[in-house]
Amino acid sequence: MFLTKDPFNVIIGGVGGQGNVLASQILGEMLIAKGYVITIGETYGASQRGGSVMSHLRISEREPFSPLIPEGQADLLIALEPVEGLRILGPYGNPKIMTLLNTRPIHPIDVISGNATYPEVSRVIAKIQELSRRVWTLNATEIALEMGNPIFSNIVMLGALSAIKVLPIDRQVFESVIRDLLPSRTMDENMRAYERGEEVVEEIKKPSLCQTEGSVD
Amino acid sequence: MSSIAQNSPGKVALLMGNEAIARGALEAGVKVCAAYPGNPSSEIIGTLAGVAEELGLHVEWSINEKVALEVAAAASLAGLRGLCAMKQNGLNVASDFLLNLNLTGCRGGLVVVVADDPAGISSSNEEDSRIFAKLGDLPLLEPANFQEAKEMTREAFDLSERLGLPVMIRSVTRVSHARGNVTLDELPQSSPKPGFDLSQPRLAFPPLPNHKALHEKFEKARKMFEESSFNFYRGPEKPDLMVITSGSGYMYSREAMINLKVEKRVAILKLGTTWPLPEEFLLRHLRRSENFLFIEEVDPFLENNVKELFAQNCFDLGVKRFFGKASHTVPDVGELNPEIVTSAIQTLLNIRSISRDEDYSRRAHEAIAGLVPPRAHSFCAGCPHRATYWAIKTALALDGRDGFVLGDIGCYSLGMGPSGFSQMKTLHAMGSGTGLACGFGQLERFGLEQPVVAVCGDSTFYHAAMPALANAYYNGANFLLLLLDNSATAMTGFQPHPGTGSTATGGAAPVIDLKAICEVLGARVEVVDPFDTDEAVETILRLIRMERGVKVLILKKECALVSGKRQKKLFQVEVDQGRCLGEACGCNRLCTRIFKCPGLIWDQTAGKAHIDEAICNGCGVCAGICPASAIRKEAA
Repeated sequence: MFLTKDPFNVIIGGVGGQGNVLASQILGEMLIAKGYVITIGETYGASQRGGSVMSHLRISEREPFSPLIPEGQADLLIALEPVEGLRILGPYGNPKIMTLLNTRPIHPIDVISGNATYPEVSRVIAKIQELSRRVWTLNATEIALEMGNPIFSNIVMLGALSAIKVLPIDRQVFESVIRDLLPSRTMDENMRAYERGEEVVEEIKKPSLCQTEGSVD
Repeated sequence: MSSIAQNSPGKVALLMGNEAIARGALEAGVKVCAAYPGNPSSEIIGTLAGVAEELGLHVEWSINEKVALEVAAAASLAGLRGLCAMKQNGLNVASDFLLNLNLTGCRGGLVVVVADDPAGISSSNEEDSRIFAKLGDLPLLEPANFQEAKEMTREAFDLSERLGLPVMIRSVTRVSHARGNVTLDELPQSSPKPGFDLSQPRLAFPPLPNHKALHEKFEKARKMFEESSFNFYRGPEKPDLMVITSGSGYMYSREAMINLKVEKRVAILKLGTTWPLPEEFLLRHLRRSENFLFIEEVDPFLENNVKELFAQNCFDLGVKRFFGKASHTVPDVGELNPEIVTSAIQTLLNIRSISRDEDYSRRAHEAIAGLVPPRAHSFCAGCPHRATYWAIKTALALDGRDGFVLGDIGCYSLGMGPSGFSQMKTLHAMGSGTGLACGFGQLERFGLEQPVVAVCGDSTFYHAAMPALANAYYNGANFLLLLLDNSATAMTGFQPHPGTGSTATGGAAPVIDLKAICEVLGARVEVVDPFDTDEAVETILRLIRMERGVKVLILKKECALVSGKRQKKLFQVEVDQGRCLGEACGCNRLCTRIFKCPGLIWDQTAGKAHIDEAICNGCGVCAGICPASAIRKEAA
């Protein structure tokens, strides 16, 4: 069975405007199509655009759960932005968590104004790696920009998610879900974004120091 | 076809709580649905608007919540089923009508859904609307999740018809905005023909006999609730502790008990019908334990009502201990979550905490403290409000008399923070900026020397500020009202309103012209494009220095997200790296330190400004701000 734990807890986190809510909805639809019981809690509202946004997904074979994941109990983190990923590990991470990360930063206005600093992305990735059992990365925003619109970055991430094989989702179920959910004129582009995500995502290996810990699977 | 409109009983769909409420209304055969948008309730009517044509419903965005309730009530009085949805603040607006409608009663099922926003995630307050059910002797239901949200809504219509009373459903953010598996039931195919029964006028006056009749209906509701399947007990025969909970509190309580492995010691008494209380049901279960913990959002509504019931029966029930907000076992403000409930149960049972891996938690929090910058809310890239507040800030500074801005509810509320250069100084209810300006605008005679400026959005103006503007002219107030017309109810999801020319269901509607209304109400009215910064500044300055009277300046520019959906960027914007002088410029990084658009970032390595092409919306406003003319815009 795919679920190593019941409920299996997923957090999708990023910045308002990145398509976080749509990503959680598509993922939820895919998992329901696969026969699971899903609970999704979303944090958005007054001008969350520009603020931190998070969706909590609980995947179970049995029943719905609380729309908020208890602290320290996330099993998979899908971070659409580097520092947002690290921010979520604080309350929700644990040594067994797996992280799928879009490495492209979005600067908060406090960084833009000079009141705060955005760290080197490599340092953020290293920290996330230290705090996760496994980490996969890709620059989903760059891929979406190459395709002509940053709006596709969440779909690129879903393609990557399918490729890392942590959740029981695949291309067929993605295709059938977006056929119902998204405008048909965007079908081809969405499929391409999904495929690009599948191709590009890569696991980053732990430095040798932690390799024993990392290989406990 | 959206699954909301499918007549496929037994099908499992992924629905948001609000969509489930909409589906429940459809399964009950609702015909008329009305609301003014407000988070976390907006998707209820939004969903119904999407299927209105297909299913032959009337769905409207009304001008405000009171009118919305009146529209839905009219359907009920004509024998059809009506639904009205709102957020907690909206119920304050609708309450004047609701607290008379309870006296006249209704005919077709009438359901009032109020989605509360504990912690005020997208609200100015975290008011608990349940108190209105008590105030109006109205039956109240509280769903605990999406499936129950659908079932309760459907049953609420039957209940309303059987009682001849509007029924209130109280949701909260974590129910309305949670998604999950919802099993669909059948959609009805027939509907009664509407008509107003002339033998049954609906007159609230005289109140006394109506009040008496209301109390009789209320007692009938109590008896019906005794048998409701929305109330249940889950736990051992004689628990050490009983959690009495409703709404979102149920899911958190379940989660806490599973995590703490205390299911053999702790019981849950889950209430779905929370007013009037099912007294016999409660008394039966109160005998089981001596210790009770109340888990509910936001106010101690169940807590106080159950304690009152206990006081009435304490001679029979014996000594009991009650924990909750009064005992400070759970916080008296804000949202609940699994941690709050877990820690309350741990404290009461005196069991050791099963804490997280402490070393991990410490390392994670250290990493965040060292590396992660805060991420404050901000106006979107290309938002006209940023340009407007920039103009306000500049004009008030040039004027030099400490003019101040009175605000209200909308995306532009962010004007209170750094994104709006902290210009907005008051924030209360819809339209309150204009109302307060009516008062401040009378204080010159007592020596007030500061210019008075109010801001109000287009949708908010129609909702609540028109009476204030009329009042201003009638009573001779002196202020400048800035109408931030972005042609949408942007904060709640771009719903149309009377100024946009389209209806909730996408049909054409006549446009009620903002400028014409303001002129008819006696104001001197001008219009500028906030992206034309110089003209906006000059006009604001001129208007606040003008002779006494009501002045209105309409800052007209469509919401960047609305225009972004329809058209490509206006401009391709670029920072000429050769021209940008960086820190050496002497401008104090006006473009980034002061202007703070998420699309215009500071490249730390180069020490220069830079456009983030993934974020920039191409409004081109920043090009006019750079003193070195390093920011270039070209028509895209």
